[in-house]
Amino acid sequence: MHWLVPLPVFVPLTVAATMAAGSFVFGRRVADVLALLTAVATAALCIAILIHVGSGRDVYWFGGWKPVKGVALGISFTVDTFGAGTATLVAVLMVAAFSFSWHFFDETVEHRFTILMLVFLGAMVGFSLSGDLFNMFVFFEVMGVAAYALTGYKVETRAPLQGALNFAISNSVGGYMVLLGIGLVYARTGALNLAQIGRAIGGHGPDGLIIVAFTLIFIGFLVKAAVVPFHFWLADAHAVAPTPVCILFSGVMVELGLYGAARVYWTVFAGPFGAHGDALSHVLLGLGVLTAVLGAVMCFLQQHIKRLLAYSTVSHLGLFLVGFALLDHSALGGVAIYVMTHGAMKGALFIGAGILLHRLGSVDEEALRGRARHMPWTGLLFVFGALALAEVPPFGTGLGADLIEDAGSKAGYHWMPWLFGLVAALTAGAVLRATARVFLGLGPREVSRFSADGESQEEDESETQEDRGRTPKSMFIPAAVLLAACLGLGLVPGLAGRAEHAAVRFQDQHGYAATVLDRAKATTPPAEVSPAKWGGRLYGLGALGGALALAAYALFRNQIPEQVRRAGRALSLGSAFVGLRRIHSGDVSDYIAWLTLGIASVGGLFSLVLR
Amino acid sequence: MPFVLAGWLFVVGLYGIVSSRNFIHMVMCMGVLQSSTYVLLLEVGYKAGGTAPIFFDTQPSAKAVDPVVQALTLTDVVVGVTVAALLMALAVQTHKRTGSVDPTDTRIMAG
Repeated sequence: MHWLVPLPVFVPLTVAATMAAGSFVFGRRVADVLALLTAVATAALCIAILIHVGSGRDVYWFGGWKPVKGVALGISFTVDTFGAGTATLVAVLMVAAFSFSWHFFDETVEHRFTILMLVFLGAMVGFSLSGDLFNMFVFFEVMGVAAYALTGYKVETRAPLQGALNFAISNSVGGYMVLLGIGLVYARTGALNLAQIGRAIGGHGPDGLIIVAFTLIFIGFLVKAAVVPFHFWLADAHAVAPTPVCILFSGVMVELGLYGAARVYWTVFAGPFGAHGDALSHVLLGLGVLTAVLGAVMCFLQQHIKRLLAYSTVSHLGLFLVGFALLDHSALGGVAIYVMTHGAMKGALFIGAGILLHRLGSVDEEALRGRARHMPWTGLLFVFGALALAEVPPFGTGLGADLIEDAGSKAGYHWMPWLFGLVAALTAGAVLRATARVFLGLGPREVSRFSADGESQEEDESETQEDRGRTPKSMFIPAAVLLAACLGLGLVPGLAGRAEHAAVRFQDQHGYAATVLDRAKATTPPAEVSPAKWGGRLYGLGALGGALALAAYALFRNQIPEQVRRAGRALSLGSAFVGLRRIHSGDVSDYIAWLTLGIASVGGLFSLVLR
Repeated sequence: MPFVLAGWLFVVGLYGIVSSRNFIHMVMCMGVLQSSTYVLLLEVGYKAGGTAPIFFDTQPSAKAVDPVVQALTLTDVVVGVTVAALLMALAVQTHKRTGSVDPTDTRIMAG
């Protein structure tokens, strides 16, 4: 079954090329059907690989250039459960996106959208499966270029141009940092295969070159993962990209940045940095907490629903980074479950926003006030999405959060449930507030605090025509299925244990190298798995309570007595929030300045603590 | 020394992007920044006195520079050209819509 492994990359890229060559032959619907079929086939292939890999690893050598005496000559795809699982998430979300876009665009949509989406699909799957550092960079860039082009798809309007430029410039700088790091690693080891690099530098402690290379590669991937202070591009790109593209951006592309960082850490750098695990953990925890809190606060301050969801993604990336920072198998298993369920949930919420755009021609809370009263099902979609955001059991997001928190408590970080609760309350509260305003018309009128929001919202209307009669089934069904998957994953018995075992294999550097270079059979090292439990977990409900309270505050704050309000104003949180919004200036030069500051400070910290 | 040059190009490129008031200029600065990767990669594979790694009329044992990094650099050039072309297209579109290529004048989203 080896031959299966490259197919999910080969198939979409080939179809994309064929479609580009023969675009004058196909009509629009033929292209749509072909694209949907390709996405379904890719998803089926990814699932087949996931099942085939089972509890092992599969290595595919291109052109049959197998390693000789432990030296990798060729280029490999090295697949384990996490890699195949991520690829499956990519393909499944792509099916949802194609289904959604069936009725979404006006007749003017061109083949290039479908072609770019297929290239995007192939590149993301390739990135998940690659076992070679340079190939990871190439897929990273292909994925990036397809994503920039898709963001700027509506080139006739101004906002997408700004979003695409900011996105492209920030991420390209990240990509070149990765490449510089790869160059340094190659200078030291003469190898590009992850397993072989890991073996070559594993025996020694870290030195200057390794630390610099690690910093460059790691930060390069964190730019894609939108970790503060590298996150500025994300909201701009998500707010303006066509909705089907947002499903993939938020659901999986951003997470792939973190996946890349984790993959490279555990196959290559875990060796030399093993002794400094604690120090590294502290730096990453700091970044993660900062990202989670800042993203959640910014999320609550938004009125543009897509931008709101974008900042909630930033916030969740912070939580994932916290889980990664614990460098522990249960936490990483939790992150894996959370990423899967988050992808499904965020996909469903973005589809909800897309339905609003399709039916009512806007995604601005204030512009839509009360206008969606006749769309109860879409409203319900948002409510369930908010429940999933609040990590309410039995949504799978709660299960993932639970595993990370338990691992955190074991490591002595007892504040972790509070962090998760805060993020859950703020993001779910923001979605509930928007839902109440749009579907029920509740809350005081507000002027757009930044005129820019109003302008960009006008431009959104060009994506699709206004005021349609009903929601097409091809839009609603994928959203419902995704939400059901988010719920269902939380109920799969033994999922937590399986994810933890997969995490153990993901973190097993020597086992990975042995499978790739010595063709050893993959085994799962013994590890303690936390007992499966669901009962007695009231904290999810606590977060929901917090979310309701925050939403209620936002909607009914005019009814709060004046004295209380004055006391609140004395805290001067308001001006702090204004300052926070000002920082997100929309000017790409500022973003790169923050990025430079981030490189300097994170790199400085690494060089201090990793020696 | 070439390592210092690569680092310098990277930093100068970053400075250019941060201080740039023109998208076209900014794309050029990206090019400067990216050339740091070319310099670094080629330096890594360089051997004093080595020839081009084409073993057509030379002995396979002859001293030659590392072909792998040259392949990497070539790939890198392709990537760079793609990104630059895309950015240029976006900059041209921005100019068509707004009559300006200044990132501060043309932005309409913030916060």
